[in-house]
Amino acid sequence: MRKWFICLFLIFSVSYTSQAHAFSQQVIQRGAVGDDVIELQARLQYLGFYRGKIDGVFGWQTYWALRNFQSRFKLPVDGLAGPKTKQRLVRASKYYKSFVHENLRKGNTFTHYGGVPLSKQVKVRQTRTSNRTATQKAANTQPKKRTNPQQTASRNARTAAVNVPNGFSQNDLQLMANAVHGEARGEPYIGQVAVAAVILNRIKSPSFPNTVAGVIFEPGAFTAVADGQIWLTPNETSRKAVLDALNGWDPSGGALYYFNPNTATNGWIWSRPQIKRIGRHIFCK
Amino acid sequence: MLRILLIAALSVGIAGTAYWGYREHQQKNAILIHAENNYQRAFHDLTYQIDLLHDQIGTTLAMNSRQSLSPALVEVWRLASEAHATVGQLPLSLLPFNKTEEFLSNIGSFSYRAAIRDLDKQPLNAEEYKALQQLYKKSADIQQELRNVQHLVLENNLRWMDVELALATNNRPNDNTIIDGFKTVEKNVQSYNETDFGPSFTSVEKREKGFEHISGKKITEAEAKQIAKTFLGLKGNEKIEVVHSGEGASDAFYSITIKNPKTKSETYMDVTEKGGYPIWVIENRPVNKQNISLNEATMRGLQFLKQHKFNNFELYESTQYDHVAVLTFVTSQNGVRIYPESIKMKIALDDGNIIGFSARDYLSSKRDRTIPKPAISIEQARKKMSPNVTIMEERKAIIMNNMNEEVLCYEFLGTLGDDTYRIFINAQNGIEEKVEKLQNPEPIYGEI
Repeated sequence: MRKWFICLFLIFSVSYTSQAHAFSQQVIQRGAVGDDVIELQARLQYLGFYRGKIDGVFGWQTYWALRNFQSRFKLPVDGLAGPKTKQRLVRASKYYKSFVHENLRKGNTFTHYGGVPLSKQVKVRQTRTSNRTATQKAANTQPKKRTNPQQTASRNARTAAVNVPNGFSQNDLQLMANAVHGEARGEPYIGQVAVAAVILNRIKSPSFPNTVAGVIFEPGAFTAVADGQIWLTPNETSRKAVLDALNGWDPSGGALYYFNPNTATNGWIWSRPQIKRIGRHIFCK
Repeated sequence: MLRILLIAALSVGIAGTAYWGYREHQQKNAILIHAENNYQRAFHDLTYQIDLLHDQIGTTLAMNSRQSLSPALVEVWRLASEAHATVGQLPLSLLPFNKTEEFLSNIGSFSYRAAIRDLDKQPLNAEEYKALQQLYKKSADIQQELRNVQHLVLENNLRWMDVELALATNNRPNDNTIIDGFKTVEKNVQSYNETDFGPSFTSVEKREKGFEHISGKKITEAEAKQIAKTFLGLKGNEKIEVVHSGEGASDAFYSITIKNPKTKSETYMDVTEKGGYPIWVIENRPVNKQNISLNEATMRGLQFLKQHKFNNFELYESTQYDHVAVLTFVTSQNGVRIYPESIKMKIALDDGNIIGFSARDYLSSKRDRTIPKPAISIEQARKKMSPNVTIMEERKAIIMNNMNEEVLCYEFLGTLGDDTYRIFINAQNGIEEKVEKLQNPEPIYGEI
């Protein structure tokens, strides 16, 4: 039994070696995304400061964990992972990089606490398509190219979470991107941001419903909804435009309506006070 | 023989097509009826809710004690918001029906504010009673009008799908009973005066922020161009277009489009006519890799603000999306954060250039303030917090509260379980002005 255990330990120490040199030069601050954040979370978890998921996004939980670490190790408490903090962290903890990255890639549920064998910290995720164990699967298949439309090819593929604007979810973003793509895909970029801003202005306005879905699906409100163009797959540009609008940019100047003067059939819309014209759309109050 | 075969084949074809057509027709009808029923339900729900709303307002008028008045006002608020939501389901968005929706929303906020305040200490005053009576009368008008429409709809079997058709084609906008009925309702509400709600009530409409506090003389198109050049650090070979805003803009501005023939990037910018302040800037270009950190981007942002005479700013929020940093800065005066005065920036993490800037909030709330002395100490404020929350950070801040007033608060950041909360305690009277749960990163769903 003991021999077996030693054997297992050996296997793990071979396959997952801890790395002494890590972290890039950057100062890591709240809101950051990427490999450095993964390492930061893993190392903080190793020491027991961080109890959340290792997902590669520097959120509030990571922030407090880092501050607690700083105060325990008598460093200036600023919530920034600067050179000194990183140095102390590397000295005090271990980081099994390949273990963490492999599990992130496979979408497993895992932790990275110190003093517990790594094999006991993984819960392999079952995929619906096959019953093969993930370990076998990983050996056989290369990680497939992700086809998730919400992801850009350029984004760091290893993080398990994303930042979203306050008060909205990825699905809200997607729904709005659909609407913007259906309504304004031929428009200049700024026109697409403006259409997204109109949706948000309507949510805030007392004269309209106050949810994303309520505004978009209000009968007759958007032609793209009425003729089904909203279900076209949105491109990256419309997603970017929606993100800008959600983050507070409003090129429409507070507009609640817009229309295309060449195709508008409703006479009433012409009576609205006009704010500006972007591309083929006139934006009005 | 061949002819018989051909005829047989053709007749089978025709019979098949006829059957297929019939099926299609039936399916279409089923869907039409389904959609029609949805509209009908929303419409009849609306009239019913207005009935209830009218009665409920009437009941509150007759009440005197706080114990019964508060729940009754809450009920008014609930009914008004329900009716408001129902209106949103009717295909009326192209019909001028905003006033009615605004009316419903105003009843909602009025009753909500009256309901949550301590009516023992601060009972409804004469003006507010008058406002309630006005609301009662107005809701009676709306009720009558809607019932009339409802009656006609039921008697003549009118269909909402026809309304939609009429609105879409704009063919005969004047002889549709439903449209006419709703237009009358709208006209009725329009005659209702906003100010009747009493002085303590700022209507939602007036909350819309303009740039009232900015000063300076009106600038010309050429000056706007010059401002864009210095603000964005342009070299001079770009193509710049300037357009003045339309008459619907609450504050006049110039829209500037800058095209760089070399890099093919496009930059858009709005500048106020009065004083020539940049409202927002967006540069549209792909950012495909990361060379600098979020922290460095923050430094560059702060430096940019300082360069352009935006003083006393500090970082409030930083977030990385792909390879772009989105930063929010707020001003700080004698150690007090002034949250309404915020500026947002987007910085590309490939070369550290600023690709977005928005000062709308800053321009609409910037003014000279004297910060009042707090009446309670931070220890007293701490005692007002829920004992379950572990306080991690604290400072003083000015925020806009629910009544849309600027108030001096103690701000606490605290944790409860895995979540982080931002809690504002009024520094004058110890009221918990705002409690927000701060957003955690959202997991990516459906991976692999």
